[in-house]
Amino acid sequence: MTAHSAPMPAEIVVPLAARRTVLEVENLSLSFRNADGLLPIVTDVSFSIREGEAVALVGESGCGKSITASAIMGIAPENAVIGGRIVLNGQEISALGPKDRRKLCGRHMGFIFQEPMTALHPTLSIGRQMTDTLKHNLGLSQSAATQRAAELLDRVGIPRARDILRGYVHELSGGMRQRVMIALAISCGPSLIIADEPTTALDVTIQAQVLDLLEDMRREMDLAMLFITHDLEVVGDFCDRAVVMYAGDVVERGQSADITRHPSHPYARGLIDAVPAHDDGRTRLTPILGTVPPVGQWPEGCRFAPRCGRADEKCRTRPRLETLSQTDVRCWHPLEAGA
Amino acid sequence: MTTETMLSVSGLSKSFKSVKAVRDVSFAIPRGKTFGLVGESGSGKSTTARLVLRLVEPSAGKIAFRGRDLSTLSSSELRRERRHMQMIFQDPFGSLNPRMSVRDTLVEPQFVHGIGTAAEQLKTAERLLAEVSLPRAALDRYPHEFSGGQRQRIAIARALSTNPDLIVADEPVSALDVSVQAQVLNLMRDLQDRHGTTMLFISHDLRVVQFMCDEIGVMYLGEIVEQGPRDRIYNAPSHPYTKALLASVPGKGSGQRARLSGEIPSAHAVPSGCAFRTRCPHAFERCSSEKPAMREIGNGQRAACHLLDKAMAA
Repeated sequence: MTAHSAPMPAEIVVPLAARRTVLEVENLSLSFRNADGLLPIVTDVSFSIREGEAVALVGESGCGKSITASAIMGIAPENAVIGGRIVLNGQEISALGPKDRRKLCGRHMGFIFQEPMTALHPTLSIGRQMTDTLKHNLGLSQSAATQRAAELLDRVGIPRARDILRGYVHELSGGMRQRVMIALAISCGPSLIIADEPTTALDVTIQAQVLDLLEDMRREMDLAMLFITHDLEVVGDFCDRAVVMYAGDVVERGQSADITRHPSHPYARGLIDAVPAHDDGRTRLTPILGTVPPVGQWPEGCRFAPRCGRADEKCRTRPRLETLSQTDVRCWHPLEAGA
Repeated sequence: MTTETMLSVSGLSKSFKSVKAVRDVSFAIPRGKTFGLVGESGSGKSTTARLVLRLVEPSAGKIAFRGRDLSTLSSSELRRERRHMQMIFQDPFGSLNPRMSVRDTLVEPQFVHGIGTAAEQLKTAERLLAEVSLPRAALDRYPHEFSGGQRQRIAIARALSTNPDLIVADEPVSALDVSVQAQVLNLMRDLQDRHGTTMLFISHDLRVVQFMCDEIGVMYLGEIVEQGPRDRIYNAPSHPYTKALLASVPGKGSGQRARLSGEIPSAHAVPSGCAFRTRCPHAFERCSSEKPAMREIGNGQRAACHLLDKAMAA
C-alpha cells in the first residue's frame, strides 16, 4: 500500500484513496506461549486504515478480533508472542520498547471498550480520570485540563458537564458512560480510535445515538477508526471497509458494502443468512452448522471447511488470501459476486 | 383449538417499594401461538415474565392459565400447575446446575412433578436429547463440557421435559453468537410446531422477535404502549416509540437511523401523563396532563397515544 507522505489538509472532500495512511498492520500473528510450546491465536492479519476511514474487524467470539486489537494497542497478555509489523503514522510501533510505545499510543490512539464500567476507574471521579490523561499526555495545567475536560464532555453530548466531572462512573447510565469513554478517547487529539464492541451492551435507541456520535467525531476530527464488532448490519451502516475473521484468519477483506451485500467467502455469507432480516418472511433461518473450533483445534487447510457446504478435497490445503473482482478472499471455492 | 386461550393476563402490575416496574399490562396468548414482548432494558419485560409464572408476586392483576386464575392458587396447587409452565433463561451458564449431569438435569423436573417411572423418565430424557440434536453420549456429561449453544439446547430440553403447555423464554438467544443463534431459533420453532407449545418470548432484539412471534407487545417503562399482530407492528407501527425502536435497528444505512433523544427515565420517577412524552418527538401539552388510553386501531392492533385521537378527529 502506498501511503501519501505529503500532509493532507483535513477536509471531507479529500477522496479516501488519496488520504494519509494512519495504521498499517502487516502479517500480524499472535501466539500464546504455554507449557507445550506455542499456541497460535491469530495468523497473518493484514489491513490498513486511512485518515477519516472506519474499518471493521468482524467475526464471532473466538475468531481473534479482540486479541488483534489488543496487539495493536500494545496490551496483549505477557505470554503472547507477536509477529509482523504494526505501523502508526509511519512509525513502526511494534519495534518500540514498552515505554516509548505507551507514550506514543497514549497520545495518538484512543480506546473505547464494550464495558465502560470496567474500563473506567470506579473510585476516581470522572474529572480526575480525564484531567490526569490530559495533564500526562498534553502537559496541560490543572485548570486548563479541567476546562478542556468540560469542553470534551459537552462535545460528546453530556449535559451539565461540570457536575458530571465531579461524579463517578457508577452514577451514569450505560449510554452516558460510553459517551465519557468517547470523550476520554478523543481527549488528546488522537489519529486512531480503536472501538471494541462499543455499542453491544447498549439498547437499540442508545446504540443509534452512540453510533451517530462516533460518526460525527470521525468526520469532524478526520479520525481513523478500527471498529470491532460481531454485527454485520452495524458494519454496513457505519464502516467503509471490513475485515472478516474466522478462527484467527482473515477470510475476507474489502469494501463493507460489498461484504455485507454480496460476500464471496461462504462464512461471510453464512453470517448474513443466519440473522433474521426485516420483512424477509422466512420461517427458517440458515444457520452455520457446528461451532467455531477452539484455538489449538483448528483443522488443517481451510479452517472453515468442516462447517462449509462447498468444501471438498482441495480445502485440505490452506488457501491464500487472494484478490477477486471486489474483495480479497481466502477460499478455494468463493461464491460468485452477486450470488 | 386455535381459539382456546392458554394464557391471559389482565391489569398486571408490580411495584417494588416506590419503583413501578410493571403497570397495568394485559395480553392473551392463544394455544400454540407465540407472544413477544419487546422493549429496552428497564421496560419491565423480564419482570412481566416472572409475574406470569408467579416467580414474583404481582401487586395487582389477574393471570389466567389454562382457564384457572393463578393468583388464587395455594402454593401447593401452584406447584402442581408449574409442571405445565417452564422457563428458558438468557444465560445458559447460570441456569444449569454445574454439578448435575445432563441426565439428572433432564430427569429431575419429571421426578419432581411425579411424571412416569424412573425408566420412563430416562427414556424421555433420551428422546429430548435427540430432539435438540445432541448425541446420546451427552447424558453423562456436565454443563461445563458444552458450548453456549449446546447448553441452551440442554435448557430447552429441560423445559420440554414436563411436556408443558407454556414456555416463557427470556432472551434465550441473546448470549449466543449469530450462527449459533440461528440454530437455536430454528430449533425452538420446530419444537413448537411439533409439540404445539404456547410461548411467551422476551427479547430486546426486534429481528429475533419478528422471526419468532405471532403477536407482539411493545413495552416502555413498565407498560405495553402498542400491541398487535407481527406484520401490523413491523409494517404499520402507530406508536412513536415503536416507530423509533424499529428505525433504530441497524442495517438500513446510517442516514436512516432514528435519532430518539434522551434515555429511558427511571422507574422511580415515571413522567406524568404519557410515560414516553419526555423522549417523544411529537409530544404536546395534553401528553403531560393526561395519560393516553389504549385504543383499537383495527386488525387487532392497539396503541396508547394521543396522536391517534388527533388522527381520528382529522
